Amino acid sequence: MAAGNEVSTTYYIQHHLQNLTFGHHPVNGWSLAHSAEEAVEMGFWAIHLDTMGWSIAMGLLFIWLFRKAGKAATTGVPGGLQNAVEMVVEFIENLTRSTFHGRNPNIAPLALTLFVWILLMNTLKIIPVDYFPVLFSKLGVDYMKIVPTTDVNATLGMALGVFGLILYYNFKVKGVGGFARELSLTPFNHWALIPFNLVLEVVSLLVKPFSLAMRLFGNMFAGEVIFILIAMLPFWAIWVLDVPWAIFHILVVTLQAFIFTVLTVVYLSAAHEHH
Amino acid sequence: MNINMTLIGQTIAFAIFVWFCIKYVWPPISNALNERQKKIADGLDAASRATRDLELAQERAEQTLRESKEQASQILEQANKRSAQMIEEAREQARAEGERLMAGARSEIELEINRAKEELRAQVSHLAIVGAERVLEASVDEKAHRELLDKLAAEL
Repeated sequence: MAAGNEVSTTYYIQHHLQNLTFGHHPVNGWSLAHSAEEAVEMGFWAIHLDTMGWSIAMGLLFIWLFRKAGKAATTGVPGGLQNAVEMVVEFIENLTRSTFHGRNPNIAPLALTLFVWILLMNTLKIIPVDYFPVLFSKLGVDYMKIVPTTDVNATLGMALGVFGLILYYNFKVKGVGGFARELSLTPFNHWALIPFNLVLEVVSLLVKPFSLAMRLFGNMFAGEVIFILIAMLPFWAIWVLDVPWAIFHILVVTLQAFIFTVLTVVYLSAAHEHH
Repeated sequence: MNINMTLIGQTIAFAIFVWFCIKYVWPPISNALNERQKKIADGLDAASRATRDLELAQERAEQTLRESKEQASQILEQANKRSAQMIEEAREQARAEGERLMAGARSEIELEINRAKEELRAQVSHLAIVGAERVLEASVDEKAHRELLDKLAAEL
């Protein structure tokens, strides 16, 4: 527990939930935000350096590990890393084969990237909540929130990427006319119900990325808050709650990564299907 | 929770990672997996084929063994028969030879006996003549009584 007696509980929680924000402040110009208020005042033209840094680091870790295993891949007896990587790849391949009904070689690697990347980002949660904030405050950095998936920007960013792909494949497979027909003539195939269909379909289309992003963000953020609350207990009591919660989170971390991936594949599969 | 440029940054990062994965990460692993799958399938195929071959070979070996055993017993039987026959022939031959020898010997013995008889007869007749000469003191003419003496000798 890094927060001393002089730091209030509220401040401790807020401090842990504040991203390291770099942006254009109306008064200070381009600078790091020194408080939550400054970060809010920066508006849209700011970037969370910790979210970006850690997510890119995890992405690079994924790329590096899997590229290494891929380069060393032989048809012989696989070694330790290769075995693990191949297990994940095979798992994703089976998942894609059973869920995705179109014929697109890019879906499986997309699912692999999402699954492993999100899994790695989520796994950062298992690191005790105080380690990095304290370490970075010693280095003169005010805020450090290391789990990118507890930042709605990160999850929504990925979901927007998926949304872009959904739109792209809808247009590519069905054509503009086909996509428009699907939006206006389902579920009720009658000209009088076109406006109703349109509203229904557009809403369900737009809800897809938000449900993806919010589900992941909500689970991770809530878990993080609980971790922070547990961390404020007396030091001898922390492990009693922290250990079960962390063990439970091994499940949540994997499950959320899996759900994000499966839903993405399902959405893209729907985008490939003709009606 | 502020929505800001991080959103766009994350989308860009997402796009780059996905692209990189599609381009450079997925293909080698997927290829290796497929190739290994094929290799294992081939191996299993070869193994089952080899098992079948082995079974066939065993069957063939068994058959050959059975045939050769039969042949061996046949040969043995033939040899036994042949040897029995040979022994029989040899016995027959030996018997014939013995009989032949015995016949020869018997005839020779008879010849000997006859010759001895002849000699004995001649000697006896001679002795009789000598005896008679002694008895009669040269009164008997040998030439005149030859016929009589020969008759006498034949009666012996």
